[in-house]
Amino acid sequence: MPFKRYVEIGRVALVNYGKEYGRLVVIVDVVDQNRALVDAPDMVRGQMNFKRLSLTDIKIDIPRLPKKKSLIAAMEAADVKNKWENSSWGRKLIVQKRRASLNDFDRFKVMLARIKRGGAIQQELAKLKKQNAS
Amino acid sequence: MAPRKPRASSRNPELIRGIGKYSRSKMYHKRGVWAIKAKHGGVFPRHEPKAAPPKPAEKPPKYYPADDVKQPIPNHHKHKPTKLRASITPGTVLILLAGRFMGKRVVFLKQLPSGLLLVTGPFKINGVPLRRVNQAYVIATSTKVDISGVSAEKFDDKYFTKEKKKKNNKGESEFFETEKEETKALPQEKKDDQKGVDIPLIKAIDAVPDLKTYLGARFSLRAGMKPHELVF
Repeated sequence: MPFKRYVEIGRVALVNYGKEYGRLVVIVDVVDQNRALVDAPDMVRGQMNFKRLSLTDIKIDIPRLPKKKSLIAAMEAADVKNKWENSSWGRKLIVQKRRASLNDFDRFKVMLARIKRGGAIQQELAKLKKQNAS
Repeated sequence: MAPRKPRASSRNPELIRGIGKYSRSKMYHKRGVWAIKAKHGGVFPRHEPKAAPPKPAEKPPKYYPADDVKQPIPNHHKHKPTKLRASITPGTVLILLAGRFMGKRVVFLKQLPSGLLLVTGPFKINGVPLRRVNQAYVIATSTKVDISGVSAEKFDDKYFTKEKKKKNNKGESEFFETEKEETKALPQEKKDDQKGVDIPLIKAIDAVPDLKTYLGARFSLRAGMKPHELVF
């Protein structure tokens, strides 16, 4: 089982620990065996340990240490935001955030909707069972 | 002279707290006491005290305590009502955390002068009447109900105090009989007050889908719900 996601310049990664938790960043240079120089459109470029990064499938085409403007242009060209939000990993994170931000009334409405959906499923199932039995 | 306005500030400016700039004799001169005396022939004018109404003759007390009795220092401090949390505004849905209606979701009307919160179910929806509730035993949700049609002006703490029971000083024979429980029915006036508050509220609640069933259901923690991570 070979590795598929490599640490390389242009690799998009998700920060999984620390102050920048949850942010999508681009690896812009490698400092040494453990650390990378990392950059994002709304963040000051800085170093981060690889242990704090989770690599994603997305890679963009940039030279080593691009200027902020060209980094942003390259991210737009590669459409990182949409690729991320449409990926299953990205969609899961969006759902998690939405669930965490539900207020008490919203949670109640979700419960009613789940019961309704379950009821509809049971009705269809009963119909199919009756068809099968006959 | 016609009565004049008394002087606003002292004629003796403060150098340091407790020490004025001018000495007693300088202040005597500044106040012009010499001029007033000169006008009245060398004597400061003195007005006779007004005739006081004759006080009734006081009886000497029956009892003199042997030792000096310490008098408590009078304290006239009046407490302000508890500071209302910013998340609690009129019309907020609150979750009651303790008491008979634990877990019930309830509509907040106003804060009473004692600091307690005035709250109603509405009664028809979840059985909670007009009631006082302490802010500490309440979770404020971010759901608000339109309360503009409701006037809660007439309710205050006196409305909710219990009636004082009359003492029945009967003889010993009555003492051993079981006391008949006087079941107090709720006076019609209070029922009308409840309806008066609830009818416009229920109209506002019906306007929002699912809000009525929401208020009728009790809140409870399920598996996996972490209160410190929940957004209310």
